[in-house]
Amino acid sequence: MNRNLLLPGKFFLLLFVSFSILAVSCKLGTKTGSEGSGEFEASGALDAETQEQLNTAKRIFYSLPSPLETAMLIKNAGAAYNEELLNPTGNTARYITSKGKALNLGIYSTDLSYASLFDQTQATLDYIGAAKEMADGLSILDAIDEETIEFLEENINNREMIIDIISETLMNSSSFLKENGMEATASIVLVGGWMEGLYIATNLVDDSKLKENKLVERIVDQKLSLDIIVNLLMQSSEDEDAMAVLEDVNTLKVIFDKITIVQGEVTAVEDPETNVTILQSDSSIKISKDVFRELKAKVSEIRSSYIS
Amino acid sequence: MTKKGLLFISLVVCMIALPVAMNGQCKQFAKNTCKPGLDPYQHDGNYDAAALLIEGEQADMYRVLHADVNYRIGVCGSGNLSSIHFKVQDVRDNFKVIYDNSEHDFDWKWDVKLESSRQLRIIVTVPVSDEDSSSPEEGCVSVMIGSTDF
Repeated sequence: MNRNLLLPGKFFLLLFVSFSILAVSCKLGTKTGSEGSGEFEASGALDAETQEQLNTAKRIFYSLPSPLETAMLIKNAGAAYNEELLNPTGNTARYITSKGKALNLGIYSTDLSYASLFDQTQATLDYIGAAKEMADGLSILDAIDEETIEFLEENINNREMIIDIISETLMNSSSFLKENGMEATASIVLVGGWMEGLYIATNLVDDSKLKENKLVERIVDQKLSLDIIVNLLMQSSEDEDAMAVLEDVNTLKVIFDKITIVQGEVTAVEDPETNVTILQSDSSIKISKDVFRELKAKVSEIRSSYIS
Repeated sequence: MTKKGLLFISLVVCMIALPVAMNGQCKQFAKNTCKPGLDPYQHDGNYDAAALLIEGEQADMYRVLHADVNYRIGVCGSGNLSSIHFKVQDVRDNFKVIYDNSEHDFDWKWDVKLESSRQLRIIVTVPVSDEDSSSPEEGCVSVMIGSTDF
């Protein structure tokens, strides 16, 4: 038999074997080692031990407020729009490293969300361009393509459509990074966006009015997200850039530890008409003027190091 | 390049591409199936918790929800999976269960508004449909959060 005719056959056989191995390993992950060795298939019904392993198998996801939610929290707290607080779009050429691009993709995404929620049409277009540059620099395919920008331009006066476009681009970037093994970069993008939100919010507060101030409450709430951020970054503990960002977060944590949040028990009450559940609970915060100023200064220092 | 070299490269490409393609399916599932279901709530853009899960597997998501915001938490699984079970706990109140969709006919969504911001843990479990099966079903599961306040 002609040897060359055998090659495609061998190739496809090897391909089939590798796909089969991969399919099994992908399906069962790393938590159920016995299945990978074939014991799973050979045993027929799931044995009690395997079932137990599956029942207890866990994946943990740490989630931060998205740039859109961050901007919404700022707006709904009654804050104003101040374009001077945003990272100028002319800075894009400064970001050469992967870390710089990731942080500033997050920062520009928050700026974009902030501008759009305040109906700043030109700024919205400028900041989606800046975010696109960062995403392109990270080789994120199709997160923000020319078509998306054209579509945004055509719908620039349609708030709902703009939100949908931004939501889609955020999801595209994040899913691309995660699906291509760039979880550390995805985490850095999120923290960059979170830090920008904190920077904008702390700079919009008049620190002579800290009490009964909705924006201050939203800033203090970020203390609740700190351990989520730490755990998120620790999932990439082998990544130097993620660990550098974690150091920054830890310096903020020292300041947030000086803020007191007292929370009461939660009671869930469902409104039978709307089916909306209200989580009733008491909560009080305590932050001194000095601590607020310290927090604001540290956030500004970290953010300045990210955008320079 | 030798034929063996070509074969090796093809295998490596396959090994890299297959998991990516499988995860890509989850993104499409989240985007095309789950996201529209959030309407009239708008998705916040996060893609934190979307993964291939096997029957019996559990995933936890930690997230702070803020005061005075109207949220919809949607937990959806692909058609080959049984109704997804999810519970929501308050982290700071000793993980007290504040919602369990098994008490609501396994509704895939939960609309909620908080009087004060809380850190929540969303526990998602894919029920085992057939205890005697030797090959548990696997499918995409996605947790998505939307709001009407944008």
